[in-house]
Amino acid sequence: MFGGFMGCGTPEKIVDLILDSGAKNLTVIGNDTAFPDTGIGRLITAGRVRKVIASHIGTNPLTGKLMIEGKLDVELVPQGTLVERIRCGGAGLGGILTPTGIGTEVESGKTKLNLDGIEYLLERPLKADVAILLAHKGDRRGNLAYHRAARNFNPIIALAADFVVAEVQNYEPEAYLEPDAIMTPGALVDAYIS
Amino acid sequence: MDAKKRIARRAAKELMDGDIVNLGIGLPTQIPHYLDHNIEITLQSENGFLGLGPLHGEPIQDLVNAGGIPCGMVPGGAFFDSALSFALIRGGHVDVTILGGLQVDQHGNLANWKVPGKMIPGMGGAMDLVTGARRVIVVMEHCAKDGSHKILEQCTLPLTAVSKVHRVITECAVFDIANDQLTLVELAQEETIESLAKKTGAPFLISKDLKPIS
Repeated sequence: MFGGFMGCGTPEKIVDLILDSGAKNLTVIGNDTAFPDTGIGRLITAGRVRKVIASHIGTNPLTGKLMIEGKLDVELVPQGTLVERIRCGGAGLGGILTPTGIGTEVESGKTKLNLDGIEYLLERPLKADVAILLAHKGDRRGNLAYHRAARNFNPIIALAADFVVAEVQNYEPEAYLEPDAIMTPGALVDAYIS
Repeated sequence: MDAKKRIARRAAKELMDGDIVNLGIGLPTQIPHYLDHNIEITLQSENGFLGLGPLHGEPIQDLVNAGGIPCGMVPGGAFFDSALSFALIRGGHVDVTILGGLQVDQHGNLANWKVPGKMIPGMGGAMDLVTGARRVIVVMEHCAKDGSHKILEQCTLPLTAVSKVHRVITECAVFDIANDQLTLVELAQEETIESLAKKTGAPFLISKDLKPIS
């Protein structure tokens, strides 16, 4: 899982490390595949990705090309459903009920429930082995704060992976973050780079 | 004035003082240029903030709009994560969404995220927006570039949402949609009922208060 929206909020240094590591056949879960030279799009360009679960791939023509050629498995999920599936994966919930996607091809194969006259789709949780986050500030307890629109999926994916690693832009080795300013508590964070 | 500008100018009149508004990418982003000065709205950006505004000067670090383009923010704006952003959208806290369409039909169905075999960008936030916003307005050119109808009895492209569109604004006309029926409420001055009917792939009622496009 990766944070970021069109690359804004994706940890580029961690993407470098993944590229250097030689890791391949990855499944990536996040909002979008950015651009071919940006964020998670760079893993697609390098041929490291086997499957994408995202809401939007339109800004990265390579994702669409590989999907049409059958070289990349792409599961498209409405953005609000995607973030809630990740959130409930990290929150110990068995799924969510959402009206989004009713009557569209998104409902294919899913359980529908009618509650108080409204139809809902049952959407199941998403979890990952690893989550990669971009934080603006961090301290040695692993507490994190995000910056402006780079927050997006970052605090949500911090809940939903076995190993959570953050790229911290401004690491504070001596002080701790103001407790009220912390957006992800350090208890969720396993490792960081700065 | 070209068709898109005329559509944006007309769509601006849909917005009321105090509205929380989400604008789709493309044509809808032009709408704020045409707002009356005494109307103040708050723009919601699906990537996680309220208070989207124009960019003055250099790009601001970590501030982009829902198209990934550098943007500005007005005083009093607020940032949040994607779960809260879509709680606002899905939970009925957005008063109006105005977005583009490939097809709209008389049942209020919208298709705007996929052309099988040709273009599969993904739905992004559109399905949640159309499902959850209190009022859904589609702005689009009346016909496709090849002249084919975009306003139909039944959409043929994969749907974004079922029976959610309240109003369609084109350069030729404004239609309201209710009870599986289109009603013509405004007509461009260069059109007649007959010329409009030829360009429209569904039957429509004519409002007894039919006006020229304002």
